[in-house]
This record gives sequence, structure tokens and C-alpha cells, in this order.
Amino acid sequence: MNIIVCIKQVPNTTDVRIDPVTNTLIRDGVESVINPFDAYAIEEAVRLKERLGGKVTVLTMGPPQAENALRQAIGLGCDEGVLVSDRKFAGADTWATSYTLACAIEKFGEFNVILCGKQASDGDTAQVGPGISAHLDIPQVTYVRKIEEIDEKRAKVERMTEEGYDVVETPLPCLFTVVKEINTPRMPSLKGMMRAKSAKIAKWTAADIDAEPALLGLDGSPTRVVKVFTPEPRKGGELLSGTAEEVAGELADLLKEAVI
Amino acid sequence: MASIKILLDQCTGCTLCVKTCPFGAIHMHERKAVIDMAKCTLCGSCVAACKFSAIELEKAAGPKRDLSAYKDVWVFCEQKKGAVQSISYELLGEGRKLADKLGVSLCAVLLGSGVEDMAAELGERGADKVYVVDHPALASYQDDPYTELLTRLVQEHKPEVLLCGATTIGRSLVSRVAIKAGAGLTADCTGLDIDAKERLLLQTRPAFGGNIMATIVTPNHRPQMATVRHKVMKEAPVTKGRSAEVIKKSYPEEAFASRTKLVDMVAELSSTVNISEADVIVAGGRGMGSKENFARLEELAKVLGGAVGASRSAVDADWIPYSHQVGQTGKTVCPKLYIACGISGQIQHLIGMQSSKTIVAINKDPDAPIFKVATYGIVGDVNDLVPALTREFKRVLNK
Repeated sequence: MNIIVCIKQVPNTTDVRIDPVTNTLIRDGVESVINPFDAYAIEEAVRLKERLGGKVTVLTMGPPQAENALRQAIGLGCDEGVLVSDRKFAGADTWATSYTLACAIEKFGEFNVILCGKQASDGDTAQVGPGISAHLDIPQVTYVRKIEEIDEKRAKVERMTEEGYDVVETPLPCLFTVVKEINTPRMPSLKGMMRAKSAKIAKWTAADIDAEPALLGLDGSPTRVVKVFTPEPRKGGELLSGTAEEVAGELADLLKEAVI
Repeated sequence: MASIKILLDQCTGCTLCVKTCPFGAIHMHERKAVIDMAKCTLCGSCVAACKFSAIELEKAAGPKRDLSAYKDVWVFCEQKKGAVQSISYELLGEGRKLADKLGVSLCAVLLGSGVEDMAAELGERGADKVYVVDHPALASYQDDPYTELLTRLVQEHKPEVLLCGATTIGRSLVSRVAIKAGAGLTADCTGLDIDAKERLLLQTRPAFGGNIMATIVTPNHRPQMATVRHKVMKEAPVTKGRSAEVIKKSYPEEAFASRTKLVDMVAELSSTVNISEADVIVAGGRGMGSKENFARLEELAKVLGGAVGASRSAVDADWIPYSHQVGQTGKTVCPKLYIACGISGQIQHLIGMQSSKTIVAINKDPDAPIFKVATYGIVGDVNDLVPALTREFKRVLNK
């Protein structure tokens, strides 16, 4: 079973503080981590390999320092890492990003499964996973919470919906985006961390993945940022005081309109 | 290849760009801005922020496209089991405003099986035209046929704007349509407007994982596609007797083929009250103290006709399933009323609920960050206040 996991390096939001004066993010000293949703994709890939044999390749597009994220993933059990990095990718929106990753995946040749986190915690778009499957023209199942059955040719999975879940059968190769419910990621092992340190990370540029230059980075992105602003911070309102009964009564009267 | 540079003649050294850059890639050197290319992602935030046009972001000029054939505002109307989902009415409400500003028609797209009767309802909600594809293969959502048909419709009829709900289905569907149609797509917009002169959809959304807002446009690709979350836009009102032109479309069988197969659809009790759709959410955190105390929130939620939400620590403590989690690794919600009980208000939680209309916070720690976003705050014990609120709301609601 050949498994590809696509990950993204994101700022660690537990470190993010908001400047009380300017109301902007303070990024100094913010560490970069693997997108929390990708941790579930990595864990599921490693579990599939442990059950069925094969190889897990972890892939990311990003600046040179994204190599650290790949090493962490290797520490968690992935076999090989590929960093797709080039100034030509700068400014990519989800269209250009999924195109770039799809080009890299085509270079791998044979694969059975692509796993992605359901979305990245910094952009929250959930567009890149489905975008990759569209560029590669392979089936997809999004929001997967369980892989019930899988072999080299097909899989049966549960897709989380607003009301519950769907059971979906798909031929492989297929792309799955996974949700938190799918597993509990392991901690890196000592052996894994040793391997992560010494593992060789393949580095590919735009030329290496045979991509169409006009479709990369900002040039290949249909969307463009024209304005950025910091919204007015939400102001704290009134503090109510009194006994539980008094406060509850006051609040119920205040909110009567809102809840009818 | 795209490039960015500071025009030194124009740069006044005001440092606005330094403060704006979400990636910390700009610093000042001898009162001029300098961009660290190793950190810059060409996101364009600084260009948009600079008041002196001193930053130039150049894009390789692609072929200038003729976009004049594209017109009309489309709304993809999600239906499940024969019922139009309320998000579709919200999008029709917003779509109507956009279509009027552009001076074009508002069109609804309805894919399903036995759905033709629903078209009338969409007319009453403001649609001028309804494109219907009715086929047994479309009874329940499947990625392949829905993607194929929506792409075909878009390529054939050329809408300039296409809106879709940021739901499980919507996000999976339009992400692929945007790739196939070569369109721009902006997720989770919290504001939409029209630049009438350029006929551009101005799409505003939270960006860069924080409390920065960005306005995004799609200058040279059509359609301009956007998803919007539940409860962000107001539902279109019903105008009895208003009707839409119904355009029935048929396609060859191969357009309905699906590689994936839906085997079963299972409804789960714990997630039937979908917190993304609730008007009132009563949420609890670690401060509830125990599973038994946490269960009391249900009664309050029931009186208010709302749903129960939770912080991550309450979910981790196994007091309630993950489907109820609000916040960065859970759901983003925007109800009319959010009552946070024993939730301290870590930034990861606030990200998921701070756009709620009214926020009530109950916490025993007067310094808890949740009070900074609360419309009404109560410093006190949740275990006294939750039952008291349940009684008092029963009183005012005559229940």
C-alpha cells in the first residue's frame, strides 16, 4: 500500500497572543507546527502501513523551514519526506497550491491513498484536499471519521455529516480528508526521533515537478487580496451582580426578546 | 514570475506595512521598508495597507480574458431528503442584493431526485430563474455527479458569481468545481459586496488564522465563487405568489456516473441538534466540574430551544461528544445567543464563537478572558446560576 500524506506547517495558535493596543497578532516567538488536523492524517497513514505494509510518504509545499514539519512526521512513523519549495510558489491561493501538490504527486507514480487533514488551522478553507483530487481526477471522500475496510483496490469509509455519518465505498486510488474523530495520534518514539534527525528529505523545485509556470504561485492564483484590516475588537459589556436568583431573573428579562 | 518591491521614493517610513504583514517579513532600515524574501508569501496584505502606493506587487500578465459573456448571480441550493436547507435561503437573501447591484438575474441551482416541486419555493425566496437537474442518481449527494453537473452548468451558462454554503457538502463540492472551471474560490466569507464599476465580488473573510480580516477579489477568472457559513447572512423573506422561471436541464447518462458509492446514511442522536444551525447555544467548559453538572446545560438549552456546545476541555473530559465542540478544532458558530458556562475563553475557543450576536458568560474567575467578549457577564458559580437561569427563562417564556 503506497500512502501519501499532505501536510502544512502553520503558526502554533496556542502561542498566538493579540496585541492589546493595535489588536493585531503578535507573531514574535510563535513556533511553527504541523497543522493540528494533519496529525490525524499522519497517524491514520502510519496505522494503515502497520496493518497492510507498504510505505508512507509525507509531502508539503512551503518555505525551506517547512522541512522541520516533514522531520516531525517522520518521527511519527512516516517513511519518506518530500519538500516542494520554490520562490515561484509564493502567493499561491488554494487553486495554485492544489495544482502544485498534484504535480508533485504525479511525479511519485503509483499510489493507493492520499490523506489530508480536513483543513488547515491558519486558512480554514478545506479547499486544498478536494482541489488535489480534482487536479488528479481521482475520487475523494471528505470528513472521513473511520476507515472501515481497505485493501489495495477499494475502501469503505465513514464520512461525517451534519446529521451523523454516511458509509461510502470507493475504488482506490482515492483522496481522503480526515477529522479528529478518526484516531488518537501517538507521541513520537525515541527511535522515530532518531530517524527523523538523520532522514534525507527530498527537495523539489518547480522545474522538478514539471509544472506549468503560469499556473504557479501568485501568477496561477485566481484570487487576490485587495484589503486587510483589523476589525474592531469586541468590547466586554455589562457585569451583572446580585444573588443567583436576582441575576438570572434580570438576564432572562434582558434576553427575552432574543430567545422568542 | 510574480515579484514584490518597495518603491523607495514613495516609502515614507510610516511602518504601517510592518504592522500589517501577517508573516513578520517586513522591517525598517534607515526609515525605509525592507522585505525579507525568505519570509514573504506575496500575500499582498502590505500592498493593500500602504497609503502611499509604495509597494508594488507584480504579477506576470496572463492573457487578458474577455469576461463579458459572464452574467447573473447563482446560488447552489443544497437539499437533503427532499428539503431545501436553510443555508440556501440565507444565500438567496444575500444573492438578491448582489444581483440587484450588478443589475442581473438571481438564479438558483437545484440538483436532486424528485426536486422539481421545490423550484416554486425558491422563486418565493427571490430567485428569478431556477436551473433544475432531476435524476435518480442525484437523490443523495455524491462528489462525482454533483461536481460534473455543476461544472457543466457553469461552463454552459457562465454565471459571474456563484455562492454556496460552507457546509460539509458545499465545501467538498465547490472546491472541485473551482478547479475544473478554472475559477477563483474564497471560503467562509463573512461579508460580500460588489464593486459595480469593475463588476467584482468583494469577499471579506478572517485571514491568517487570527483576527485580521482580508477582502479578496477574483479579477480575471469567472465565476467568482464564494462559500458562506450558516447564520452569517439573513434569510430571504418569502413573497407569496412570486415565481421563478424553471429551466429543466438534461445531460447524457455519463454525467451522472459516480466512482464512489453511498452505502448507508446514518443519523446519530448526539449530533441531531446541529450546533452550526442553532439560534441559541448553551455551552459548557471545564468549570462545570463534572459530567453530572454538565448534563444540566441540556435542560437550559431545551427551555431556550437551543443546542448544547462545549469547549475542548469538556470534550476531552468525555462529558459530551466531539460533534458539540466549539472552537478552532471544533465548529465555528454564530448563533443569536451564546451562553458560555464555566468556559474561561482561550483564544482557540473565542475564534469559534466570538461573532455570536449576544454572548453571556458565567465564570467564577473575574479575570477570565471570556468576559472581554461577553455582552453580559456574571461572576459566580455555574452550578447555582444554570438552574436559576433555567427557572427564570421558563418564567419569562411561560413554559
